[in-house]
Amino acid sequence: MNGEAKKVILDPLVDNNPITLQVLGICSALAVTTSLAPTLLMCLALTSVAAFANAGVSLIRNRIPSNIRIIVQMTIIASLVIMVDEALRAFAFDASRQLSVFVGLIITNCIVLGRAEAFAMKNGVGMSFLDGLGNGLGYSIILIAVAVIRELFGAGTLLGVQILPLISEGGWYERNGMMLLPPSAFFIIGMLIWAIRSWKPEQKEEPEFQIHEVHRTEVM
Amino acid sequence: MEAHLNLLVKAIFVENLALAFFLGMCTFLAVSKKIETALGLGLAVVAVQSITVPVNNLIYNVFLAEGALAWAGLPEVDLSFLGLVSYIGVIAALVQILEMTLDRYVPALYNALGIFLPLITVNCAILGGTLFMVERDYTFSESAVYGFGSGVGWALAIVALAGIREKLKYSDVPDGLQGLGITFIITGLMSLGFMGFSGIQL
Repeated sequence: MNGEAKKVILDPLVDNNPITLQVLGICSALAVTTSLAPTLLMCLALTSVAAFANAGVSLIRNRIPSNIRIIVQMTIIASLVIMVDEALRAFAFDASRQLSVFVGLIITNCIVLGRAEAFAMKNGVGMSFLDGLGNGLGYSIILIAVAVIRELFGAGTLLGVQILPLISEGGWYERNGMMLLPPSAFFIIGMLIWAIRSWKPEQKEEPEFQIHEVHRTEVM
Repeated sequence: MEAHLNLLVKAIFVENLALAFFLGMCTFLAVSKKIETALGLGLAVVAVQSITVPVNNLIYNVFLAEGALAWAGLPEVDLSFLGLVSYIGVIAALVQILEMTLDRYVPALYNALGIFLPLITVNCAILGGTLFMVERDYTFSESAVYGFGSGVGWALAIVALAGIREKLKYSDVPDGLQGLGITFIITGLMSLGFMGFSGIQL
């Protein structure tokens, strides 16, 4: 694997993460992360759709008239999602019931269309595939982190296995019910963004308005 | 009539697409820096939503639902697996028309919305509205009311968030939390507030 391909895959993991930096694909990040198992399945589904959609769009990028490009891209993505949906129903029926409409909503996950529009329309097939893969993985990292925090502190379990013994079962841990409510995902992602930006200061946004510190000498 | 009014209030406040179902979050967070832009996008979403939901309702009931093709002499055909691709086709076509119209007549709004106008296509609120309509078996008139109401609810939420973010300039936010981070936390607080509407029945 040459340097450029490596960069295309590794860049979206932290440096250019689709969720924390590009603000894409957040809806499902909030809705499916109450426990880890469906989250993993969702990540797998999204990563494969993103990679193959990018490859498909890139393959016909020179033949798409620019006026109707979005419809063409959506058709490619929607067909892939229908395939994933039918496959899940056939081989993992319970899990697909658990994810319900959110598999269908992968169509409207902005990461997939955003990458098709921004990257696959301008680059070759192989690179586009890798870019989709990288962005899917970047999305997965954040989702898995959020799901681990929510399931661990909300129910004391990970993948259904009891990690923190609950008070109701003779242990010491009191469940934090708010972690299972949807708004907690906002707080967790907000804090994750804070953590990443403290680690990588170049991602910080310039404040639009700086509060001016007045020094005593200026006043006088 | 009363049932429709009830549905409208429910779609705007109780089942707010943005704050109760977390749909359409990407654009919601990214285009809420200024009230005017947020209002423009909100109106665009109301327009797209009020057209797509009833149109998709017609398509579902006439072509896709099980037994819907009876009028064509094919009572056993069930095309509902084609649902996703046809809904998104309708949505994408409408958004493209809206994009060309705005580019031609309201270039200022077109430039302000930028990449987020084509991204209305992938605004989960739009597809989500259609999927909820199918799931809940709305009639044509109900779906028109629901489409309009859910669009208004989304617009209301984004304008409210933009209002709060404009006031944020008076606050001293820590460096790393500047911008996106603090927006997430505000949205979390707003959605906690909107949870207070749950259970309201007219």
